Amino acid sequence: MSGMRGLSVFISDIRNCQNKEAERLRVDKELGNIRTCFKNDKGLTPYKKKKYVWKMLYIHMLGYDVDFGHMEAVSLISAPKYPEKQVGYIVTSCLLNENHDFLRLAINAVRNDIIGRNETYQCLALTLVGNIGGREFAESLAPDVQKLLISSSCRPLVRKKAALCLLRLFRKNPDVVNADGWADRMAQLLDERDLGVLTSSMSLLVSLVSNDYEGYSSCLPKCVKILERLARNQDVPQEYTYYGIPSPWLQVKTMRALQYFPTIEDPSTRRSLFEVLQRILMGTDVVKNVNKNNASHAVLFEALSLVMHLNAEKEMMSQCVALLGKFISVREPNIRYLGLDCLPAVFVGELLICFMECVMCQMQRMFNRSSIRKNIMQYLSTAEFSMREELSLKAAILAEKFAPDLSWYVDVILQLIDNAGDFVSDDIWFRVVQFVTNNEDLQPYAASKVREYMDKIAIHETMVKVSAYILGEYGHLLARRPGCSARELFGILHEKLPTVSSPTIPLLLSTYAKLLMHAQPPDIELQKQIWNVFKKYESSIDVEIQQRAVEYFELSKKGAALMDVLAEMPKFPERQSSLIKKVEDVEDTADQSAIKLRAQQLPSNALVLADPQPVNGTPPPLKVPSISGIKVGISSNWLDHESASQTQSQPNGDLSKVQSQIPSADLLGEMVDPLAIEAPPVDMGSHQRVYREEDGIPDEVDGTAIVPIGDQANKVEPIGNITERFNALCLKDSGVLYEDPYIQIGVKAEWRGHHGRLVLFLGNKVTSPLTSVQALILPPAHLKLELSLVPDTIPPRAQVQCPLEVMNIRPSRDVAVLDFSYKFGTSMVSAKLRLPAVLNKFLQPLQLTSEEFFPQWRSLSGPPLKLQEVVRGVRPLSLSEMENLFNSFRVTICPGLDPNPNNLVASTTFYSENTRPMLCLARIETDPADRTQLRLTVASGDSTLTFELKEFIKEQLIAIPMGSRALVPAVPVPAAPLAQPPSPAVDANDPGAMLAGLL
Amino acid sequence: SDISILSLQIRFILLQNRQGKTRLAKYYVPLEESEKHKVEYEVHRLVVNRDSKFTNFVEFRTHKVIYRRYAGLFFSLCVDITDNELAYLECIHLFVEILDHFFSNVCELDLVFNFHKVYLILDEFILAGELQETSKRAIIERMSELEKLE
Repeated sequence: MSGMRGLSVFISDIRNCQNKEAERLRVDKELGNIRTCFKNDKGLTPYKKKKYVWKMLYIHMLGYDVDFGHMEAVSLISAPKYPEKQVGYIVTSCLLNENHDFLRLAINAVRNDIIGRNETYQCLALTLVGNIGGREFAESLAPDVQKLLISSSCRPLVRKKAALCLLRLFRKNPDVVNADGWADRMAQLLDERDLGVLTSSMSLLVSLVSNDYEGYSSCLPKCVKILERLARNQDVPQEYTYYGIPSPWLQVKTMRALQYFPTIEDPSTRRSLFEVLQRILMGTDVVKNVNKNNASHAVLFEALSLVMHLNAEKEMMSQCVALLGKFISVREPNIRYLGLDCLPAVFVGELLICFMECVMCQMQRMFNRSSIRKNIMQYLSTAEFSMREELSLKAAILAEKFAPDLSWYVDVILQLIDNAGDFVSDDIWFRVVQFVTNNEDLQPYAASKVREYMDKIAIHETMVKVSAYILGEYGHLLARRPGCSARELFGILHEKLPTVSSPTIPLLLSTYAKLLMHAQPPDIELQKQIWNVFKKYESSIDVEIQQRAVEYFELSKKGAALMDVLAEMPKFPERQSSLIKKVEDVEDTADQSAIKLRAQQLPSNALVLADPQPVNGTPPPLKVPSISGIKVGISSNWLDHESASQTQSQPNGDLSKVQSQIPSADLLGEMVDPLAIEAPPVDMGSHQRVYREEDGIPDEVDGTAIVPIGDQANKVEPIGNITERFNALCLKDSGVLYEDPYIQIGVKAEWRGHHGRLVLFLGNKVTSPLTSVQALILPPAHLKLELSLVPDTIPPRAQVQCPLEVMNIRPSRDVAVLDFSYKFGTSMVSAKLRLPAVLNKFLQPLQLTSEEFFPQWRSLSGPPLKLQEVVRGVRPLSLSEMENLFNSFRVTICPGLDPNPNNLVASTTFYSENTRPMLCLARIETDPADRTQLRLTVASGDSTLTFELKEFIKEQLIAIPMGSRALVPAVPVPAAPLAQPPSPAVDANDPGAMLAGLL
Repeated sequence: SDISILSLQIRFILLQNRQGKTRLAKYYVPLEESEKHKVEYEVHRLVVNRDSKFTNFVEFRTHKVIYRRYAGLFFSLCVDITDNELAYLECIHLFVEILDHFFSNVCELDLVFNFHKVYLILDEFILAGELQETSKRAIIERMSELEKLE
């Protein structure tokens, strides 16, 4: 094979192709050439044939269809010499699969090689059959393969291949291996000393016992022996230890095989197995080396799974649980996830019912140890988005199952809501309410607890909900405590109302009505306040809010009737935890979920014993209580990949994803760089820093955002760089907008379509009040902005929240400005702050496939809907940096769509009242030789949008502000220079700000 | 009646670079060509932008992909949902160590120009979707035996 120059030249040619079209041409030329040669078969030397067949495989790997030459590949199998034969075998197994008719032609040749005397040919043939053999192969070859496997004259090399080849044939037709005739042989195979043969044989055994464990019961003690041999490191050659661990894979496989036996009856075998498992459980430590860690934990998790399967003794179970607790505190994400994943599996599978007591003590101790609880909480805040809800649900179930008493449970759940509110589903707080309602002792406690949370400055909406409910029902139980009178409770709840979303408002209204009812003696002042609120909402556009406001208002005038209608909620019927039900519901959608299989099968081991083979051909339940537990959100169908891939993409421009995109070193560098074998997860974070230093342009380019009024009077200096803060907020949705020694203005924003809601958090940092507080919005023409009332005074150390409703009317890059001022002592402080309600906030990330992209791209032809511009003076970015940049402002790069690797195409949806959701497409053609220029094409169904988006992208790409703002059509030049929004180009230019935005 | 769905371990192995170019693709289940292209495209999209602080396991359709990144190359294995994740994760590393040993300091270019050798090594390492040999030495020795035959 060495010296196949033609092949190397061809690969080089392909690599040198400038673009996809050139590559296709080169490939077509080559295919034509090969086709001609194959036609004139006569003159073709075996060498040439071999070379062409390799080329075909290469072309196939590039993704091109190779629809001829299969015959030639197959025919090489019968070539007399090794080199050609080898190529024939390999290429056939890559190009064809068991459903191809051509393969049948090869059966005879393959069989001849298997029964022939040439060991090398035997290996080739076994490999082909093992990889792509179908039913026909199974029927005609199984006996020959079995013979090779047990032959004492064959080298291990052949036998291990025979074992796996037989496994393949068995999968294709289980009848070809019969337990009656094969079980003894199989047991003998497990005495094998060669660990290669043993590894392959163990895989074969796993398959066989999954089909018929009774038939292979003689193998069980042998498996335990093998496990002992490995765990004690007896007779394990050095080459079979991996980072000091005797073949972790064989250990895992062996334990997997053992899990197919429902129980181990022989006491001495059982004892030996438990001794080995004990050794594994106790002997695994977390070490620095990633590979060693993974390998030892692979073994450990399998051991845990086996222990649980075997319903081990109490002490062992509690060891397992303690171990799981340890995993959660491991920093390494893989192990931590598996540990967490495993915990609820313990309950859901109801595997541990008989051991619950002991586990409970253990868990309670563990969960009470605040370090572990803290770990779970911390993990929640760093976990992957899609995982968080699942995790918080699991944590809630954990708490419920193992709560020492109910007040503890309330504590934990409130803490969970406080820490990870975004990911606490309604079911979780419903469950708290259910508990509290049903347990009178708990009511005053829960009420006082939520009352404490209400004192926190910013609390999560879910906390508002649960607090409102509990205080409405049981707040009166606290009436004598300081700060808990009905009026005070109303005051503190009503403060939160402006920050909550509309579904929470009806809940608050109900609470107000209940507070009013419980106020003893009747409080006229409170009644007045609450009636005012009801009055206000009588005209709400939300039907639910309106109805409640009207009804409560009328009811509360009726006095006694109010008492009846608003009587305390009755107890909930005790039923299954809605949380556990939720987990089960989710699982029902996951067809292959291990848990579901387990749930069906585990409570009834006896049944499985009695009837191992279900009728009507459904596959037998997998008898593996795998540790890999629940998978929420697995799409139920192998073909249903839409939903699977959707779970990956986050709505609303998830910035953690942006952050995850690592700028790559240059491509060629990667091609020749060694594969970094010592430290696999390459930390490329440093590249960003390097870039920052190289391109570090001073970032006080734009200091005009804050303008002191009355020059010298204003001596208050802002803390931090306002431009930087603004830039960061353009790319994320919460953070600090402005800060000086006295005040901090935070922003939290939510964007939905062309609507947005910004909450300004005005926090007084000092112990004296800030007075004459004024906030004016200078709106650009394209935005409708509505700021709620800002109080004149901010009390000492208080925080005031002012919601700001935003509506986008049409595309524009102008920026809204907040003119903010206040008085501290005698000095007047004023700042003009740009608000991060910028164009990209009204974009929704959207990734298109080529079938979606190109028809749209073609249908939008030419100006003014499609605009093209060569942009010069571009800040030099590598392609991946540019991808990150685009993704960060929600213009989604669609990888792989453009055939030319130097180009990027991207798509997004823009929302405004005038345009409605509008698809936008963009293409960036870069010049690898000159990164300072590129050609930008933007298209959408609206000419203004196309123009604005093009300019916006340009601003992000260019280093120097172009000063082209005046050229923007249909946008009046703002009269006051202050209101002139500084060009965002400056922002993008500031690497610090960009990094801040990305983080 | 086909029990392969339950007991088949590795469904396919992919080796792709950051740009999504396939450097090695081996399927142990029969898939149509068009389906293979789709799988390769989807797996690339799934792994290429994942942060290293996340787990190396991603759900893929009704299975899961265990992947690992080495410089610009992604090694992905598609396995059954109940399979032992960490064992396959280290299986990838062992394969990379074998390649590294064979090519002495392997880089992507080695794999491009010697793709046929990579297939040969893989066939000594994994067969029928199962691990066949875990001794680096055994595989390297076997490879030199085979080279002598050519």
